[in-house]
Order: sequence, then C-alpha cells, then structure tokens
Amino acid sequence: MLNRKEAPAIIHTSSLPLHLKPCNKSTLHNNVPVYDVMGGTQEVVQVEWVFRAGNLFESKNGVAAAVSHLLKNGTSTLNAFQINEKLEFFGAYLNRACYNETAVVTLSCLSKHLPVLLPLIRELLTDASFPEEELQIYQQNAQQKLLVNLQKCDFVANRLIDTYVYGFEHPYGKYLSAEDYAHLQRSDLVEFYQKYFQNGHCTIFAAGLLPESTSIVPLLNQYFGDLPLNKNEMNFVWPAPSRAQEHKYSIVNDPNGVQGAIRLATPMIGRKHPDFQKCLVLNNLFGGFFGSRLMSNIREDKGYTYGIYSYIQNHLSQDTAWMIATEAGRTVCDATLREVYFEMNALCEDLVEDEELQLVRNYMMGSILGDLDGPFHIIARWKNIILNELNESYFYESMDTIRSVSPEDLRNMAQKYLQPSSFYELVVV
Amino acid sequence: MVKFDRFSLSNGLRVLVHRDETTPMAVVNVMYDVGARDEDPSKTGFAHLFEHLMFGGSVNIPDYDEPLQMAGGENNAYTTNDLTNYYIQIPAENLETAFWLESDRMLSLAFSKKSLDVQRKVVCEEFKEHYINKPYGNAWHEMRRLAYKVHPYQWMTIGKELRHIEEATLEDVKSFFFKHYRPVNAILVLAGNVDSDRVLALAEKWFGGIPSGEKYIRNIPQEPEQQEERKLELRADVPLDAFYRTYHMGARMSDVYYAQDLLSEILSGGGSSRLFQALVKEKQLFSNIDCFHFGSVEPGLFTIQGKLVQGVAMEVAEKAIDEQLNILLQDGISAEELEKVKNKTESLIAFEDMSVMNRANSLAFYELMGEPNRMNEELDRYQAVSANELMEAAHHLLRPSNANTIHYLKN
Repeated sequence: MLNRKEAPAIIHTSSLPLHLKPCNKSTLHNNVPVYDVMGGTQEVVQVEWVFRAGNLFESKNGVAAAVSHLLKNGTSTLNAFQINEKLEFFGAYLNRACYNETAVVTLSCLSKHLPVLLPLIRELLTDASFPEEELQIYQQNAQQKLLVNLQKCDFVANRLIDTYVYGFEHPYGKYLSAEDYAHLQRSDLVEFYQKYFQNGHCTIFAAGLLPESTSIVPLLNQYFGDLPLNKNEMNFVWPAPSRAQEHKYSIVNDPNGVQGAIRLATPMIGRKHPDFQKCLVLNNLFGGFFGSRLMSNIREDKGYTYGIYSYIQNHLSQDTAWMIATEAGRTVCDATLREVYFEMNALCEDLVEDEELQLVRNYMMGSILGDLDGPFHIIARWKNIILNELNESYFYESMDTIRSVSPEDLRNMAQKYLQPSSFYELVVV
Repeated sequence: MVKFDRFSLSNGLRVLVHRDETTPMAVVNVMYDVGARDEDPSKTGFAHLFEHLMFGGSVNIPDYDEPLQMAGGENNAYTTNDLTNYYIQIPAENLETAFWLESDRMLSLAFSKKSLDVQRKVVCEEFKEHYINKPYGNAWHEMRRLAYKVHPYQWMTIGKELRHIEEATLEDVKSFFFKHYRPVNAILVLAGNVDSDRVLALAEKWFGGIPSGEKYIRNIPQEPEQQEERKLELRADVPLDAFYRTYHMGARMSDVYYAQDLLSEILSGGGSSRLFQALVKEKQLFSNIDCFHFGSVEPGLFTIQGKLVQGVAMEVAEKAIDEQLNILLQDGISAEELEKVKNKTESLIAFEDMSVMNRANSLAFYELMGEPNRMNEELDRYQAVSANELMEAAHHLLRPSNANTIHYLKN
C-alpha cells in the first residue's frame, strides 16, 4: 500500500556538486575581449556587444538611452526600414538595452545566418547616422509612453524610491521627464556615439551552437577586430549618492486607485563586500522566492497582495540597495507595511530553524542548477562575473556560502542590514 | 525534432516522455483540459481561482510548495480560456517528489476554507493590479463582450467581475475539482533527464491508483458568424486615445490558422512590418501599433491595436489602418515578404524549443489537441502556406462584417 503521507527520499540539492561550464576567453586584434560558451541543442546563436556607454557617461539626461535605441535607425547607406528588413528577413532579433554603466547590443539568430548578419552589425556600430526624423519620432513616442506609464502607481513608485536612496543627480537615481526627451538633439547623440561606441570600450559575449566548420573568434575578428575600440582603459567613476533626509513618503497619484505600490529600500553593500553572499541567502529567506517569509505571510496567509518580493539591486558599483516591492490593496497598505517590518524584526531577533534554512539552501541550489541550463544561461552567468570584475572562484564561493551559512550568520546580517529605521518607505496610490 | 514516448495508464491518464540528457533537470508538466471557456457564466474566473487553490494543500500533503522547494524544485501554473497548466522544474535526482506532489493533488485537494478565503483575496488583488488599476485595463473585457455574443470566450480568464470571485464557495470548488481534475481529463509530460521505463514505473506507482473520473464532454455554444460590423466607444481617464479592432479568425488547429498567423507578422511583426512602417514611421499617426492573436483553441480574435499620437483624430487613424489593409488586399504580398515571415517563424520556433520547459509544455498542448506529432510538423505547415492561400485567408478574415472596433477615448 502506497504511503502518500510520507515524502519520497530526496537528495539535498545543496549537497550536489555544481559546476559552472568554463567559458573561452580570446582577444581580437584590437584587444576587444571575447568570451564564448559554444554548444547546446538548437542551432541558434547569440552575440552581445557590451559597451561602456550607460547613462553614467551622459552629460545630458536621456542621451545614452536614445543612442542605444536609435542605433539601428539609419546608417549612411541604409535607412531604418532597410535595416529592419535585413534583420527580419533572416529571422534575427537585434535588441538594444541601456543600463547605468553599460549599453548592450544583442543579436540572436539561427546559426546559419550569423555570417551574413555580422557585416550589418559592424555597419551599425561604425556608421549609425541618427537621422533627425528618427529622433523626432523617438521623442514623440517616448513622451507618449511616459504619459501612460505615469498613470501607473508601480512605475511612479519605482522612479521615486531610487531618488531617495541615491539622489536625483546619481545615475541610479535619475529618471527622464517629457522635457528631457524634448531637449535631446541630434548633435548630442552623434557626439555620444562617437565617443562611446565608435571609439568606445567593448566586451563581446557569444553563445550557441555553430556549424563545425565555423568558429566564432575568427568571424568576430573579421568584422570587429580592426575597429578603433578599447584604446584606453575606461573606468567607471560613480558620483557619491546623496540620500534623502526624509524616510517616509505617501503619494496619491490616482485618487481613484484601488491599490498602493509599496516600496521599501535601504542603502546596501556591493558584491565585493565579504557580507554580500550571506545577504543573498538572507534575501531569499526574507522575500526572494515564493516560499519566503514575506510571501508566506503577506500573500499566502493574509491575502493582501498578488505578490511581494525583496531583492538586492544588481549594480556594478559598490553602492546598491536592498529593496522590497509589492502592490497591495489600498485599504491594507498600512497593514502590509507593518507585516514587512514584523518580518524584518523577526530576522533580527530570532535564529532561523534548521529546516527552513535547509529549504532555502536547496531551493537556491536547485534554482542555480536549472539556471545553468544551456549556453545562453551559462554565458549570462559569466557576463555577470566578468562585468563585476570577479572571477570563477566567486561563483564557487557563493555556492559554498549557500551550503555553509549558519543561522547565526544570517541573524548577524539581518541586524546589520535589515534595520527597519534605515529603510526609505514609499506608498504610491 | 522533439522525440517522445507516449503511453496511457488504465485510468486514462496520458503520459508523454521527452528525454534530453544535456540538462541535469527534469520537467514535470500536468495539463488539465479545462479553462475559462468551461465556466458557468454566473461564476466566471473560477478556473483561474481554482488554479490558485491547487497550491493550498492536498488530501495527504498539507503544504505543496515546501516539500518541492526542499527538493530543489520550482513550479508555476497558468490558466487560459482553453486550459490549465502546472509545471515543475526539479533536479532529476528528486523527480519522485514531483510525482508524489502532483499525484496527491490529482487524487484530491484538502479543500481548506482558509486557503479559499485567502486566495479569493489574492485573486481580487491580481484582478485590481492588472485590470482595474491600469490605464486601458478594461479594454479587453469590453472587446471580448463585443466580439462574442454566445461563446464563453466573451469573458477573460480573470473573470467578468470581482463579485464572481468573492462569491465562490467551497461547494463550487469541490464540484469543479471532481468534474475536471480527473486522470481522464489530464495529461502528464515528463521532459529532461528522465527515461521512459522509470517514468512509466513512477507514473503507475503514483497516478495508477487514482480513480479515472468521467471524461468531460465539452458542450459549448458556438459563436454564429458575425453579420455586420460592430463598434463601441469608451471614455476614461487615460492620457491617449487608443484603437482596438478584432476579426474572428480560425481555430488553432485549422488549416487557415497558419496563413492568418503569418499575416499578423506581415502587418506588425517588427520594424519592417507594414502597419508599423506606414503608421508609426511614415504617417506618424500611432505611437505604437501591434497585430497579434492568442492562438486560441476555438476560433479566436485577430487583433490590431495601437495608441494614437496626440492630436490625431480617431477617424483619421482608423481610415489609415483601413487604407493599409486595402493596399494589402488589392496588391497582395511579394515572395520576399512571405519568405521573410516564414524565416522569422523558423527562428521563433528554434528559440522557443531551446527550453526543455517549453518543449514539455508544447507536447502537452498538442496531446490535448489529440495530435502530439503535430509539434514536429508545425514549421512545415508554415512553410507550405502559399502567397495565394495567405491572400485568400486575408480576404476572408478582413471583411468589414467580421470586424469589432473599439474607440477608446480620453476624457
């Protein structure tokens, strides 16, 4: 007779050996580093060009994002339509994303089409023309999108909480207004592009399955090895954050709103601090996954929200923040805040039970194991390690921390970093 | 090519196994043949609410999530108008934990009052977050009501109104469970680092003893062919005017579906698509425009929607869309344009199939449709669409009498 009350035996995931598949490092003729993880089951490939061209480098609000967005909207020989048609004819996707430190251009395509697409990418990275009309359409549509977003409490809350933590002058704290979009000029974009793309600093990440006759580095050398990139070391210089004095904010964005967007944030140490990896485990316990304290209490016990999460912002600098985010019913926002602080205090006061900690360890390791599945995921891990100027041992140290961190360690971390009085608190209805 | 083994247990549960040894993980996917279309019109949103209750403990296991997380697993679920799907990713070593959990909740739920009370609130917050507290959040409620007069696709999976969710009772929950959540109405797919012999043994062990249940025979009123164009004007406190139009399209497994799907790519599948190029870039009447559909199992809605540039009159914007559709209908498409959207589709399928989870989910879906092999034939079906077929499909689809239009205007 089957005993359904008893769980089948499990192997604790935290005891499984976990290997990060190595990535190859090469250097193009112009010293542009290339990291690649080739392999997989599908004949698809992804190449990412990471430029040091994030909003940290702009001298006018919005320039970095506009350049990144408009990279594929015209060159001296092709207009935006022709560029899109070329990409789409080969079923390729070209994403551009602008972050605080970096701007990333990502090409994803069937492997068989990579050789015909690389010359086009070269053209975009060397000869983008930023036509006036394209800029004007971008300005208009970005302003309209902003108008819609400003009606959403979560969007408004996300912008404001960062300004309390970092100040509006900091790249992590600033945001764009309709006027910022209006003030963009073509000459701003061209200047930024020349400096940070044409003559900028680039790192390439590639992953996927190429035909046996093709290898990635010679191909990349052919199209990118002669570009005037990486001539000088370009280091990130971050301004010091300027924290808000006031800690509690309540804003009515929509008088008829039925929910409040709640954000809590406190300044936090960066990845290189010896406490950081322990804090990642603590974060999981606190609000990092579905079985966390916040989710169990505020969603699964009280039903105040559809979801609540905590996370540590993934910033390249050592200035970051620990954040809690949820949308809760308007009438239960105060109750939700009380419960968040209650859970913080519990972590500061009580030791976590072994069983709960084992669950968090197993969950985290299982999640990482699943996340190392396939070349695209593996290169993403490597990208994070390399851009943060860490190395392979960081990965293995973080695995060790997940396996070995003690209840006392976690309580110490909570007492150090999860002090309710250090949090900025914001509710936007 | 996705290879799989397929067998059935004596209680009618269908089991499919797709092996991929390149991953250390196993995926367990359980699909139930029930969606929002199977709901009572006075109790809408129930299939989705029920999905939440599936995590509230089963007859022998008080908590579903904890033991799964302890075994290093992650899970989630979704409900559509057509079906409900639950999926787990777990290190292959701990596969049996997933069998234990999924079989116990197929055997019977705990039917806890506390879980119902809490999840009603959670789902109400989900409703508010996505459909009340967002600009344009009600547009699709209204569009479904406009386009379907008879068929239960006239409501969204979240439900028609909060009240239906608030009024759900434990009796409703029980009868829904025993009607729909039986082995005979379910499909189990195992994918990843698993082998068929072991899966079969585990399936027999954990699922074999569950009473088969009665096969649910769907008896849904079919939507009569629409005879004349329908229009609706909505006003709300939104910052921009928005345009919504739908046309009734073919069912997911019908022949015409493939041509219509390619047509949506031609109209707005990227920066070189027709509507984007003409209306966002050249004429600058819209700040964005999208053409899409939901791949519905029964005849669905082919949709064109976009937000107008401030200052543009709705009539002008609408006329410009009609003009583009007429150009397409009169001039047809070029061989190159057709090849482009086929290439895009090939690429899309390759990227989708990278994930073991997606492969498991697709297999379950095609099995639900009664044609698991179809999973490996989809690309050929797209490739086989000729320019003539595509134009024929476009002419039939884009008839004015088949159109439902909403002008969503700012106050």
